[in-house]
Parts: sequence; structure tokens; C-alpha cells
Amino acid sequence: MSPAILNFIETCLNGLMAGVMYSLVALGFVLIFKASGIFNFAQGVMALFAALTLVGFQTGQVPFSHLINAIFGTDIHHWGGGMPTILAIVLAMGVMVLLAFLLERFVLKYLVNQEPIILFMATIGLAYFLEGLGDLMWGADIKRMDVGLPSGGSFWWEDLTRAWAPADADYYGMYIDTLDVSAAIIAAILVTGLTLFSQYTATGRALRAVADDHQAALSVGISLRRIWVIVWSLAGFVALVAGILWGAKSGVQFSLSLIALKALPVLILGGFTSIPGAIVGGLIIGVGEKLAEAYVGPLVGGAIENWFAYMLALAFLLFRPQGLYGEKIIERI
Amino acid sequence: MRLTKIATVAAVAAMMGAGPALADLVFPSLSYRTGPYAPNGIPFADGYADYLTLINERDGGVGGVKIDNPECETGYNTEKGVECYESTKNVGTGALIYQPLSTGITYQLIPKVTADGISLHSMAYGRTSAMNGKVFKWVFNYPANYWDGATIAVHHAADMEGGSLEGKSIALVYHNSAYGKEPIRTLEEMSKEMGFKLTLIPVDHPGQEQKSQWLQIRRERPDYVFMWGWGVMNSVAIQEAANIRYPMDHFIGIWWSGSEQDVLPAGDGANGYKSLNFTGVGTDYPVFDDIQKYVVDAGKAAGDGTNLGTVQYNRGMYAAMLAVEAAKKAQELAGHADINAAEMRDGMEALDVTDATLEALGMPGFGPTVSVDCANHGGSGAALVQQWDASAKTWNAVTEFMPSDRELVTKLAMEDSEAFAAENNIEPRACE
Repeated sequence: MSPAILNFIETCLNGLMAGVMYSLVALGFVLIFKASGIFNFAQGVMALFAALTLVGFQTGQVPFSHLINAIFGTDIHHWGGGMPTILAIVLAMGVMVLLAFLLERFVLKYLVNQEPIILFMATIGLAYFLEGLGDLMWGADIKRMDVGLPSGGSFWWEDLTRAWAPADADYYGMYIDTLDVSAAIIAAILVTGLTLFSQYTATGRALRAVADDHQAALSVGISLRRIWVIVWSLAGFVALVAGILWGAKSGVQFSLSLIALKALPVLILGGFTSIPGAIVGGLIIGVGEKLAEAYVGPLVGGAIENWFAYMLALAFLLFRPQGLYGEKIIERI
Repeated sequence: MRLTKIATVAAVAAMMGAGPALADLVFPSLSYRTGPYAPNGIPFADGYADYLTLINERDGGVGGVKIDNPECETGYNTEKGVECYESTKNVGTGALIYQPLSTGITYQLIPKVTADGISLHSMAYGRTSAMNGKVFKWVFNYPANYWDGATIAVHHAADMEGGSLEGKSIALVYHNSAYGKEPIRTLEEMSKEMGFKLTLIPVDHPGQEQKSQWLQIRRERPDYVFMWGWGVMNSVAIQEAANIRYPMDHFIGIWWSGSEQDVLPAGDGANGYKSLNFTGVGTDYPVFDDIQKYVVDAGKAAGDGTNLGTVQYNRGMYAAMLAVEAAKKAQELAGHADINAAEMRDGMEALDVTDATLEALGMPGFGPTVSVDCANHGGSGAALVQQWDASAKTWNAVTEFMPSDRELVTKLAMEDSEAFAAENNIEPRACE
């Protein structure tokens, strides 16, 4: 194959991998929107908060140490050598569940039957609250996320694909980041797990019932409050996974919350209520923006992938306003 | 730390409401301790505040007059930065100097400070052509500017190639903003002059996803990559460079792409990465003993004392030192200690920080010498190249302070500033 074709394939592959990373963020939005009709503005900040908490536990940081030191005049920062990664992940997940419980107890409970815009505004408040809480608990400095996932280009893949080009071609082989491959495997496991959970467990069926019709679900004895805690916990879990993978790419820093911007075109394209939509939408956006950057970018000065993703999503909206997998809403007047 | 800040802000607010401030020399700090850029904003603000505290505690202020350092949180947001300027410019007897610490805020403040008669020091950022003091009477950007940085990076690359870049290639990975585009014109001129190929690779804000850009670099294999980045863009670029196994000693960032926060997330992969800097790093200077004694140990530090010696802390400290030295010069010229904003500007315009000055301040070799005059508000333009040692987690200077190509930089700055003057009906000063 000619290097030009191989480069095209490489761009598509890397686009697919980037798309998986976008899908991971989009999944959190979908879970909450599907079950409660809330567009969770705080999903990106939840990923940041989860990642901060995980690294904090992992490295043995004392939460609120700046606050404690300022009040009591102490000088504590760490409690010791930290803890094993797996334990830190479990504890971070515990914090996200606790957050879901507190959120339901102190915010959502009072907003039942409110307009969607009110719920949306509440999540904006939540985003600012969580960002401040994360800063207060763990500090604003950039932290390294190291949970043992591989990263860097795959030598094996490079060597394999180098042979696909003509012998006299100046070709280095295809590049693929092993972290992205890990993300794709994790995303596949996550989606399979979520699908099995929602299809084959009583709680999953209750979730789907609530998603279909709140009042009908309530009438058959399903606790809306319990379901909301579960859904927000699941979204917290997805945020933790996204935080780990994005944190491994860029370090855990406050701009991590901006990954939500990457999920929006995915949601527009895939629909707000479909888990497969989030995955397929992410893949289309990922490939589309990478191809645009590689082949159209040089013609117009580059750096077009951010807005191109939105353009692509909007173009889809012209033909399918509900998104690829979204539910078509028909209302009689 | 945060409570200390809140208390400080509350105290400043109380002073403003209660009556005249006690401190006479007002050096407001437009800082950002929150938001995505806080990891860089916090140590800079701490360094700035700690040096001023040192001067107050050890020397009793400047010429016997204490310095007031009201801090206002901008969050690196231009609108908030302008609000901060408006809310602090009349603190006490009036602000004497501003350090906006943001190119966006700097651009907004240039007409305001010019109208209000307050000096603006955009230290190695902001509008590069502000080095022309004939046009920008109230704006200073010493000791170096982005165009100086571009020429120094090119000359360092040329040194690595034995003196010539003929037939070589350089890719500029830049933040797709006014800041990131600053070096393009200079690099294009140098490309023609020195015979290297220049490839421009923009990255959109915030720069968390740069796969396309680094795939392009991997395919084109430029001999050098320069970076004009900020925030998360820096750490992602360094990680991606490590991922594609780009030779890190051929990857050179501007000074805003060269703090510990930029390299630490990439771990060992960042080893060998280079950046420009205009201050020394580490705490191996006598002044730090005084900061430890009079500021940190005395419980008067702006932070928790853990940032001392980091790139941004030292940079903030250096900025404060330049402000204090300008105030000393202003007092000398005015013949009295209680200087006003116009006199402070005169001091900045007569600033002369020599090696002997730095030695006397306990900062030998800490920064380039700075000599400012009516026409030249940009200082010497010198900077050094530092390299990251990932195992020791330290930056090490690999060059002395290198001069920039001031002939080229001045030529470009004159063109740009004269165009600005014509657009804004500014009559350039004579500077006889």
C-alpha cells in the first residue's frame, strides 16, 4: 500500500480511538438524561472531581489540608505513602456514591416535577460547587495520573504496519497510542456491563421503567429517589473512568472539566438517550474531526477539529433532529 | 492558604471602605488562584507577594515606605481582569504599577493605563511592540518579549546544528490565539534569512486533544519543534511528543511552556524537554534564606512555602524585584519617598539592573541585566535555555543568558508600533 493510503488509515484509526474517549464522557450525560431528563452540566466537573479524589487517595494526600493548616496552624499535607491503586479506585468510587446520595438528599429531592431548565440550572450550580470543593480538598496543582495503564506508541503495531508500505518508501509504520487501545477495551467492557445491568437486573429494569415514564414507575412502587441515587452513582462511576483515562493523557488539572465540551457534539449526533448512540456518535465525531484536521485543515490554516465536530453534528441534525439513536418525539396538539 | 487569601482580600476591602490605606506604595496583584490556569497563577502570585513582604519585613519597605499589595482574582478572565484593574486603581493613594499576567488583559488595559497614567508591566508577555517606548509611554515589557524568545530558540537550534539551520525544518506548535501567533512573523523572517523550513501547527484552546497535530509531526519529522502553549496544552503536547518518541532535546518551548506543571504529568517521558526562561530556577540564591526567615518562617508567606524555587514562583519574585527596584529609582529621581504613578513610571524608564545590583540583592545571575530608557521599554531581550531532568524533577540551565536578535526584533517592533500609533492617532515621543 502507498504511504498516503496508510496515513489515511492511521488517521481513521486514531480518530476512532479519540472518539472512544469522547464517548466515555458522553456516556455519563446519557445515563442521567435517560433516567431523569436532566442535562447534567456538571458531568465534566464530576470527572475532574473523581480523578482528583483518586489521585489524592493514591498519593496519600490529606483532604482539606490547606484549610486545616490555615485554621489550626498545622503543617500537614500527606498521611504517609498513599495506598494501592485498586483500593484508591474503590474509595474514589465510594466518594462518588456518597456524592450521589447527598445530591439526591439535599438537591434533587426538592426539585421533583420542576421544569427541566430548573434542573439544568441546579447542575450548573453543582458544577461550580464541585470545582470549588475539589480545589479545597485536593489543591489546584497539577497531579500525575498513574494507574498502571500503558501509554505511548505501540512498537508492535509500528513494526507490523511498516512492512505494508513499499520497501523503498520512507515510512515509519502506523502510530497508535496504547493508552487509547486500553480506553477502547475499557469502554467496551463498560458499555457491555451497563447494557447487561439495565437488561437483566431488577434494578436495571426499574431504571428503564423510570426512564420511560416517571409516574408509571412510581405507581408500581419503584422509588424514584433510590433510582436517582443509583443513576447518579453510575454517572459518577463513568466520570471516574473518564477522569482516569483523560487524566492519564493530560495530568489531573482543572481544565479536565472542559472535556465535557468534547461530549456535546457526540450527544447531538448520537442522541441524549441512547448508550449505543453515545458510542457510535463518538466514533463518527472522532474520525470526522481527525480527517477534517488532516485533509481540510492545511487548506484553511488548521485547528478546525473543534468547530468541525459541532458542524458535523449540526449537519446530522438537519436530517435526524433526534440524533442517530434518539427517540423520536411525536406530540399531538 | 485559601483562608489567608480570603482574609487578605477582606482586609483590603475593609481598608478601602474604612478610609485611607496605611501603605503608600500600592502594587496591586491581578492574580489567578482559581480555574484551569491556577497551577501557574498560584506560584507566580505567591512569589510576587512574598518578595514584597520580604521588602516590608526586612527593609521596612522601599525608602521607608511600606508596600501594599492588594490582590484581585481574575481567574485568567479578561473581563474580570479589567474589573480588577478598575477596583484596585484607586486603592490608598493610587496604584503605581500593574502586572496583569495575561496577554488578553494586557491588551484591554493598554488604553486604560494610558488614559489613567499608571504603568503597566507585562513582563515577557502582552503586546510585543510595546517595547517601543516612544509609542507606548505607559507600557513596559522588559526583560524580554516573544520575538526575542523566537530568535533565541532559533539561535539555540542553530548552535545545536553547528551554527547553521540551512535545509533544516522547524515546526511551531502554537496556541491558536493572539498569544500563540506572536512568534510567527519573526520565525518567517528568520526562515527566509537562515534557510530553514517553517511549518505552522495550530492547536485550538484548550488543547486537550492534539492527536492530529502530533501525527503530522510524526509524518513530517521536523528537526525541531517549538511550542507557544499555555495551560493544559503544554502538558498534553509534551506527553504526545514523548508518545511518538520525538527527541525531547529538540523540542523547545517558550517561557510560558516551561514550568514544572507542564512536564510533571508526562513523567519520565518529559526528560530532556527544553524551554526558555528569563530567571534562574531553584533556591540556590541568598535571597531565599531571607524569604525563608522573614516571610515563610514568620508565617507571612502568601502560600504554604512549598513553591519556593519553582519556575513560576521565581518569576513572580523577579517581577516584584523589578517593581521594587523601579520604585527605588523613582524615589531617587523624585527626591522623596512618597512617589506617585507618574514618578513610578519615570523610575521604570530609568531602571538599570546590573549584575552588581543582582549580586547586592542576593540574586547573583538570577536574571538578565535590565536597562530601560525612553525608547526601549523592552530591556535586553536575553533569556536562557533550561532542560528538564525527570529523574531529579528539576530544571537545569543549559546555556547562559543568550542575547536575542535585537536588530530584527527592533525592526519588527518599530513597524508594528508605528502602525499602532498611526491607527490610534498617537504622536510618538521624541526621546532625545
